[in-house]
Formats: sequence, C-alpha cells, structure tokens
Amino acid sequence: MSINATLIGQMITFTLLVWFTMKYVWPPIMEALEERKAKIAEGLAAAEKGQEEIKLAEKKAKNLLKEAKEQAAEIVSMAQKRANEVVEESKETAKKEGERILQAAEAQIEQEMQQAKEALRKQVASLALRAAEQILKEEIDKAKHKEILEKATEQLG
Amino acid sequence: MASEGGATGYIVHHLTPLTVGEGFWTLHLDTLFFSAFLGGLFIWFFKGQADKATAGIPNLTQNIAEMLVEFVDGQVKDTFHGKSQLIAPLGLTIFCWVFLWNFMDLIPVDLLPGIAGLMGMEYMRVVPSTDLNATFAMSISVFVLIIFYSIKVKGVFGFAKELTCTPFGPWMMPFNLLLKVVEEIAKPISLGLRLFGNLYAGELIFILIALLPPLIQPMLSFPWAIFHILIIVLQAFIFMVLTIVYLSMAHEDH
Repeated sequence: MSINATLIGQMITFTLLVWFTMKYVWPPIMEALEERKAKIAEGLAAAEKGQEEIKLAEKKAKNLLKEAKEQAAEIVSMAQKRANEVVEESKETAKKEGERILQAAEAQIEQEMQQAKEALRKQVASLALRAAEQILKEEIDKAKHKEILEKATEQLG
Repeated sequence: MASEGGATGYIVHHLTPLTVGEGFWTLHLDTLFFSAFLGGLFIWFFKGQADKATAGIPNLTQNIAEMLVEFVDGQVKDTFHGKSQLIAPLGLTIFCWVFLWNFMDLIPVDLLPGIAGLMGMEYMRVVPSTDLNATFAMSISVFVLIIFYSIKVKGVFGFAKELTCTPFGPWMMPFNLLLKVVEEIAKPISLGLRLFGNLYAGELIFILIALLPPLIQPMLSFPWAIFHILIIVLQAFIFMVLTIVYLSMAHEDH
C-alpha cells in the first residue's frame, strides 16, 4: 500500500482525460444544449405570438361581422323606405290618372248629352210641328192661329 | 478460491496489485491499465455523443450524456460564480471516471482475477479506487489546480497575504500560516483518503463475503451490492462536489 510511481502515471492519465474532456467533449455538448434551449424558447415565443395573432384576428372578424350586419340592416331599412315611397308615389299617380280619366269621360258624356239633347230637341220640334200641322190642316187656319203657333214654337225652341 | 494461506492469504492475494519495478519506481499495472481503460470508455462514450450532439430530439445515449453534463453543470453553477473553461469539464471527468472505477467493485471479486490468473498473471486488483496512488493522483492534481488558481486569481502577493493574515490578522502570522497550510494540505489528503477508504472497505467486505459458504454468499452479497450502488455514486459525487467547492474557494477573494 505504498505510494509509488503509479501516482505519476495516474496523474498523467487524469490530466489527459481532463484536457480531452475540456477540449472535445464539453463544448460541443454544451453548444447543442444551448442551441436546443434557444430553439425551445423561440418555439414558445412563436406559439405565444401565434395565439395572440389568433385573438387579434378573431376580434377583427367579430368587428367586421358586426359592421356587415349593421350595414345590411341599414340597407334593408333603406330599401323598405324606398319601397314605401314608390308605393305611395304610384298610388298618387294612379289616383291622379283616374281622376283625369274620369274628368275626361265626364266631359265627353256632358258633351254627348248636349249633342243628344240638341238633336232630340230638333227632332221633337219637327215632330211636334208635323203633328200640329197635320191636326191644324184640318181645323186651324194658319193665319187665325198664327199667334198660338209662334208661341209654341218659341217654347219648344 | 483460497488456495494457500487460508482466509488471510485469500484476502491479501486479492488486495495485492500486479506490479513491475522496484522501490519508488514500482508501477501498479492493474491500476494503470484499468483506470486508463475506464478513462478510454468514458472518452469513447462522451466523444461519440459530442460528435453526434444536435439541438434536435436527443436519443437515449445522447440523453444520458446530456443528463450527466447538465447535472455537473448545475452543480458547478450552484457553487462557482464566475467563468471557467476548466471547472465543469473537470467535474464531469472526475464524476464519470471515479464512478467507473468504483463500478468495478460490483464485478464479482473472483471473476477478473480468475481470468487474469488463467492468463498467467499472479495478482490482479481490479478496482483502481482501492489503490491510494490512483485516488491521490487525482486529489493531488486537484490540489495543484487549487494552488494554481489561488495564485492566478489573487496574485502571488494576495495568496501569500491570505495564507499569513487570515483568519486572525497580521499579528498572528506564524499561527495563521500553520493553520492555513494545514487547511490546504488537508484538502487533497481528505479527498484521496475518503475515496480510497470507502472503496477499500467495500471491496474488503465483498472479499469476506466471498469466503463464506456458497449458499450464504448471495444473501449477503446481494444487499451489500445494492447498498454499494449508492456508495459508488455517492463517493464519485462527493469527490466532484468537493473539487468544485475547493476550486471556487480558490477563486474567491476575501
């Protein structure tokens, strides 16, 4: 159990091992570990960012939807208003047109009635005259009854 | 098993290293071979993982290597607050190498010496940490680093001042110096002896169990081996942590 030259040999081996580990083993492994750490951190950050973006997009979509709904409602109400206006307008026009047609018809009827009246009057006058003539041919002297005839003619005319 | 000399002979035989040379220039071939072999195993495994290391999804072996690296790195970061290219790799090397040394303890005590015996080698001691030369080689290397960093960080004058003027101020200089020298020397000695003592005792108990009748052996060696799994990791861990602590102390200015 004595200390001897083995000690020196062991020290050399130990030194070589430590040197080798320091030079060729530790740095690459540490580097890989650091790199992985960075990668994981990056991934986590990206995931967080993505989630935030999703939230933002959802918010945006909601806003857009709301806006669109509002616009649609506005358009519908405007259309309804316009339709009501159109209906009112056409009612108005129809009414006016009807009135105008009615007036024209009335005027025409009036006119035709006047014409008929005129014609009828003329025919009745001549008919009455002829009937009176025929009666009077027998009994009445034209000269004698001239005044009466004239009066009658006047009344009929 | 015990061929000549009975139980004592068997034990002594198992704890005698395979040597060449005389006097101080004696070399424990088994210690040198097994520690170099295990060091090679360590380097082979970690070099392979370092070459394949990617930031992508790690496979099983890469995971093991990374777990060890992160474990050591965490220990270093907990204790040592500064920048050093050396301390963390040093810690990893110590932890893994000492663990592998100690792991040899779990191989049945007669297996490798038996094979070596068939190959004509009379002695074979397979656990490098039961050799004081191995544990002291490591602790003395750590001690050299402690002195080196103390001088590098504090300067020769600063280090000398720390040795002579703490903890009791300049008036107690000789006493301070004595205290400090003992404190510093105690570090490598306690490091080396702790590891050696634990593993030597553990091996000795395995050898003693191997002396018992074959039917009783498993009943004792099995629990002892399980307990030893804890010991070997713990000793490797202690050696590493104390190295880190000593080196961070060397970096600290008082």
